[in-house]
Amino acid sequence: MSVTATAPPPESFRLSQLVYDTRYRGMTIQIVALFALMLAFAWLISNAIANLEALGKDFDFGFLFSTSGYDVNQRLLEYSSQSTHGRAAVMGILNTLVLALVGCITATFLGVLAGVARLSKNWIVSRLMTVYVEAFRNVPVLLWIIIVVAVVNETLPAPREFRGQETGAIIFTNRGFYFPEVLFSRGLGDWDLEGSFIHRRLVFLAVAALVFFMLRGVLINLTKTLFKNVKADSWLASAVQFIVVSIIVSVIFRMMGFQSFEFPPFKISLDLIVIVAVLGTGLFISKKIGAWADAQQASTGSRPNVLWYRLGVVFLPVILVLIVLGFHFGYAELKGFNFRGGTYVRDSFIALWIALSLYTGAFIAEAVRAGIQSVSKGQTEAAFALGIQPGRTMSLVILPQALRVIVPPLISQYLNLTKNSSLAIAVGYMDATGTLGGITLNQTGREMETILLLMAFYLVVSLTISFFMNLYNERTKLKER
Amino acid sequence: MSQNSIAFVAEGQIPPSPPPANAVGPVKWIKDNLFATITDSILTILSIAFLVWLAASALPWFIDSSWTPEEMSLKGCRAEASGACFAVIVERFWQFIFGFYPVESYWRPALAFVLLIVAFWPVLFESAPRQILVLTAIYPAVAYWLIWGGTIWGPILVVAGPVVGWAIHKFGSDLFNQIIGDAFGPILSLVASVLAVILWWLFIVVPVDGALSSVLNIGLAGVESSLLGGFLLSLIIGVTGIVASLPLGIALALGRQSKLFIIKTISVGFIEFIRGVPLITLLFVASTLLNYFLPPGTDFDIILRVCIMVTLFAAAYMAEVIRGGIAALPKGQYEAADAMGLTYWQAQQLIILPQALKISIPNIVSNFIGLFKDTVLVIIIGLLDPLGLSTAIRADAAWNGVFTELYLFVGLFFFIFCFGMSRYSMYLERKLATDHR
Repeated sequence: MSVTATAPPPESFRLSQLVYDTRYRGMTIQIVALFALMLAFAWLISNAIANLEALGKDFDFGFLFSTSGYDVNQRLLEYSSQSTHGRAAVMGILNTLVLALVGCITATFLGVLAGVARLSKNWIVSRLMTVYVEAFRNVPVLLWIIIVVAVVNETLPAPREFRGQETGAIIFTNRGFYFPEVLFSRGLGDWDLEGSFIHRRLVFLAVAALVFFMLRGVLINLTKTLFKNVKADSWLASAVQFIVVSIIVSVIFRMMGFQSFEFPPFKISLDLIVIVAVLGTGLFISKKIGAWADAQQASTGSRPNVLWYRLGVVFLPVILVLIVLGFHFGYAELKGFNFRGGTYVRDSFIALWIALSLYTGAFIAEAVRAGIQSVSKGQTEAAFALGIQPGRTMSLVILPQALRVIVPPLISQYLNLTKNSSLAIAVGYMDATGTLGGITLNQTGREMETILLLMAFYLVVSLTISFFMNLYNERTKLKER
Repeated sequence: MSQNSIAFVAEGQIPPSPPPANAVGPVKWIKDNLFATITDSILTILSIAFLVWLAASALPWFIDSSWTPEEMSLKGCRAEASGACFAVIVERFWQFIFGFYPVESYWRPALAFVLLIVAFWPVLFESAPRQILVLTAIYPAVAYWLIWGGTIWGPILVVAGPVVGWAIHKFGSDLFNQIIGDAFGPILSLVASVLAVILWWLFIVVPVDGALSSVLNIGLAGVESSLLGGFLLSLIIGVTGIVASLPLGIALALGRQSKLFIIKTISVGFIEFIRGVPLITLLFVASTLLNYFLPPGTDFDIILRVCIMVTLFAAAYMAEVIRGGIAALPKGQYEAADAMGLTYWQAQQLIILPQALKISIPNIVSNFIGLFKDTVLVIIIGLLDPLGLSTAIRADAAWNGVFTELYLFVGLFFFIFCFGMSRYSMYLERKLATDHR
């Protein structure tokens, strides 16, 4: 481009240059595309307005604050059929997140195991793993979910078959699994935040933090362009950015009239707070001890044995607190036709968990296999030639290189699992799709609002996960010229 | 002194002795591949135990199965054998394939399927005669006409649209050049022909179709979309999605890699939005929301709506896969193309895309497989895909309680198709591996 010796004189500009001259053509194409896009959007929106008017509907999210009137069968927070549609959606979102979280963890274990086993020299093990991977990769996940639900319901005993039998700590029935429940005989009770000063601030801070983290890249770039000689990603700059974001969010809140909304009841277990606080302090002190040991090693050459101190600092206070609070397990007991007490996990949750883990595990196995195979054999041989032991070869030479290949597909499998968890609607597990996109949609008839909210939720989850993935990729990618 | 003091001199080679029994043949193989170390041995024994357990629990069920009992129902099966009841598959086989399609017209989708294979032949294998590509080009209209029926004029008119456009471009360009001048003639002629095609489809097809049909009613009996189901439905949605998402995906990938800011932003926004939401929400959009965004009174077929959403969904994933292929090319390829003085489109067509697509074949095919598997999700918006049909079959009193056999059958169908696709991708990879590594 810089080859052009002299710019053409301005009077020689012809209209046809807009199309044929590469200097202007890009601009022409972009402007045409922008206009076409805006026209298309205008057309779609005007259609939507006309259609909504014809049906006598409006576009209003007020239904979120009206009574839902239906029950959510697995709830992690307080909820009853008198609660609002908004709260039902929150229950569904939490259910989705829990399912996605536990699913990702087990799928990773399964996948790594199967991926390594598939490369094993043991003929029968590698063949078995190939069959596992191919069977799950080539059959729809929905079919697997339905099959696992059928297996769980058919093979496990019904609760009434336990009558007169000694039940253990964990009970497997076809209505769900019962685990021991954590109870405190001298507990501190709950901290009721309802109506308190903190309550509103908590909601506000959560929203502000979410916005802040999602816009972090933009904020840093903005700071860089506005203030040339400020270190844009330092703690101080971040704090200032966060304050600015909070102010903007609070202005938006005020404009939308959020002050007048009734916030749902919100309680936190004080026992949990105390335990988490003690555990956190213990971990912090343990880390400090480790740092001190490192410093000793660096200066004197011999490392003091601090492992027991570190373990003690973490676990002893927690055990002490548990004893003081009167920690014990509550077991489920058969009363009437069903079990009471204990922590109840629904059969649909278990089935979804198993099916999604197995399915995603098969894909992760392939990613792990590809990652390990991508490290050339020379690396292993070189490590052996240097006298590095096989275990350390794996952890210091192979894995760091393989992870660069494994992690991006791994994260996209996590994303897929999260999105596939929306299939819960097929087996009656009340996740975000089941509440917001299912019963709430059918009851209120507000397709537009509910589906938009549902999409927004999944988008936020996906974008958050891919944000971290991009961070990782940036950090580990091979630098090309 | 001449007497030789050496007692024995070997005059020939000693014949090689056979290797020890545990270092040859099956024994060695077993030792190396199954019992090399203690861990290996434990794993092998566990695996064998698992296989034995699996066989012991599944084989009797398979062997003691009933295929054609006297009374075609679950009760009839149970009376005859205690194991699997495959009679349900025998009785409902054609329903699984065609859904509730009219029995006397089964030949129509079957013919469409045969033509599909013929139409794909020149695309998949280079050895096929090139003339068949004409069929490939008009296949969508033919298949639509065969499956949904109606008069023949609609599909013919739709196919005629691009022909009209081509004619305008071919014969009108001279006229345009004379009227407007050489500067804008060619581009306007192109725009005019594209516009003509769109206008033809929007305003000419429907009235002319009506007029021609009332004059000369040649055609097949129409079939309602609600009657389509089973593997036919999966194939319709899957094949449409696969075929339409590839070009759209390439366009989006190029858009995302483009230097033009607005084009890039639009592409990124579209791709990230679609990839961020589950297919179910998009199917909800197809079933409940899409009609809101179209002119009032428009009501078009649910299967078409689903096909559109599935295509958009697959295109976003396809774009990412192809972008990966484009990004994997060394910079030197772009620089060499620039140095040769190739334009953007020439460079893409001759240098970048052939290599990028070749690199991304495995991922493109696994995308296709994912798309094909995802077609069963339409059960959630109430269409009768194979899974939905299994539910419908179980609703029949005769087959109430049959689970495993139905799911096994559906699973096997998907496995065969998807596994076949992944094997084809391996074949393609080998065939296209022209570089020396």
